[in-house]
Amino acid sequence: MSELIVKNVHKSYDGREIIRGINLTLHEGELVCLLGVSGGGKTTLFNVISGLTAPEQGQVFLDGEEITGKPGKISYMLQKDLLLPYRTIEDNVALPLMIRGMKKKDARAQVAPYFAEFGLEGTEKKYPRQLSGGMRQRAALMRTYMFSRNVALLDEPFSALDTITKSAMHTWYLNIMEQIHLSTLFITHDIDEAILLSDRIYLLTGQPGEITTEIIIKEPKPRRKDFTLTEDFLRYKRQILEKIGE
Amino acid sequence: MKRKLQSITRRINTIAAIVVILVVWQCVSVLGVVPKYMLPSPVQVFQAFVEDFPLLMENSRVTLLEAAIGLGCGVAFGFTMAVLMDRFEFLYQAFYPLVVLTQTIPTVAIAPLLVLWFGYEMLPKIILIVIATFFPVTVGVLDGFRSADRDTMNLLRSMGAGKLQIFRYVKLPGAMSQFFASLRISAAYSVVGAVISEWLGGFSGLGVYMTRVKKAFAFDKMFAVIFLISIISLLLMKLVDVLQKKSMPWEDIKHE
Repeated sequence: MSELIVKNVHKSYDGREIIRGINLTLHEGELVCLLGVSGGGKTTLFNVISGLTAPEQGQVFLDGEEITGKPGKISYMLQKDLLLPYRTIEDNVALPLMIRGMKKKDARAQVAPYFAEFGLEGTEKKYPRQLSGGMRQRAALMRTYMFSRNVALLDEPFSALDTITKSAMHTWYLNIMEQIHLSTLFITHDIDEAILLSDRIYLLTGQPGEITTEIIIKEPKPRRKDFTLTEDFLRYKRQILEKIGE
Repeated sequence: MKRKLQSITRRINTIAAIVVILVVWQCVSVLGVVPKYMLPSPVQVFQAFVEDFPLLMENSRVTLLEAAIGLGCGVAFGFTMAVLMDRFEFLYQAFYPLVVLTQTIPTVAIAPLLVLWFGYEMLPKIILIVIATFFPVTVGVLDGFRSADRDTMNLLRSMGAGKLQIFRYVKLPGAMSQFFASLRISAAYSVVGAVISEWLGGFSGLGVYMTRVKKAFAFDKMFAVIFLISIISLLLMKLVDVLQKKSMPWEDIKHE
């Protein structure tokens, strides 16, 4: 069981309210998108969930345990890969295990079998700068996965990539999610990406940001990229655009 | 391949410039534009170098030993200061201005004082070198620590890393290029510092040799020792480069 629950979270910076009364749930194996405009409080919410900042009000639970303001439970991935340039890919993805106190050799052994799964075979001994942007994001996701096999936060992970690479990453991502069953909270401002990838979408709108709508994407998984070309897809998109326009 | 070729042509240009200068110098000296005893020709300088070679080597050994010990202590001290000032903000506020202040003291001015306090042996020389070399390291490394990427540190924090782990995995390796840049400067300072301190009191070393040949008006030997000091400094800086390449293999790797 791995379930993330956010209860009634409020957060302000310098007296300005950024997010108000956020409630959300992430069930086992689900991919839930948090869709909203840039600067709408997505990243603030995200820092609260990862425990980097404490909210004024509200709580965060992981598997029933309260983790509000406690880092070290849920890790995340950003649009910047944040791979350490002076560590090889294998040592980068093994880093979360080493932070937990595992020896380098054991950590390397533990991450080794996952390279193939993440489409990163052969990159073990390479340095991040030898990899393309897309490959680096794969490594960043793998590192997140090595940290926590159950819940991950992804903050616009593909938004820095060019359109073609991004599209390839979506295919890769849909494929890998079938294999690793990671419960994921995915933050994005890209409506197409949200519909394509999610089981559910929360719309975060207004200032301060509030979750106004929850949309369930019923399209069965595994999904294929051509889902984006269907009538159903457009219907979801229209629904979201209307809600955002309100 | 093209890159290699470029570096070779650049080197050829440098060598050509040096050759031209030497030729002009030789002509000026041979033609007697400047009296020979004041400006010996390059050939004479080379002869003096060969003649005094054993003596120069013996004195170099002393100077290099002082420089090495002084540089080692200076780098260790400078590094420790940087770590402490990064870790404790109050130490930064308290000592950073003082550290800068130490650099406004002219080395030549305090050397005699150090000799009076600590005698003519090695100690005052090492102290002087430490004063001259710790500063670049402190400033460079501290700057490296402080410019560590905030997002990366937050990410490690979200993975449960403590301050020590963040230091070990992010700040320390991130400051390496600044460390080596500082080390290069400090290495050059260490030789110059050793020579200056020897001028002002001592029994052996290149600085002592210099004061002796100066008293004898042996300009050719004077030039020989100046060149030797330059060469030693250059070699030390080259050594730092090699060390940096060896310890930072990821810097050299090309994109694929």
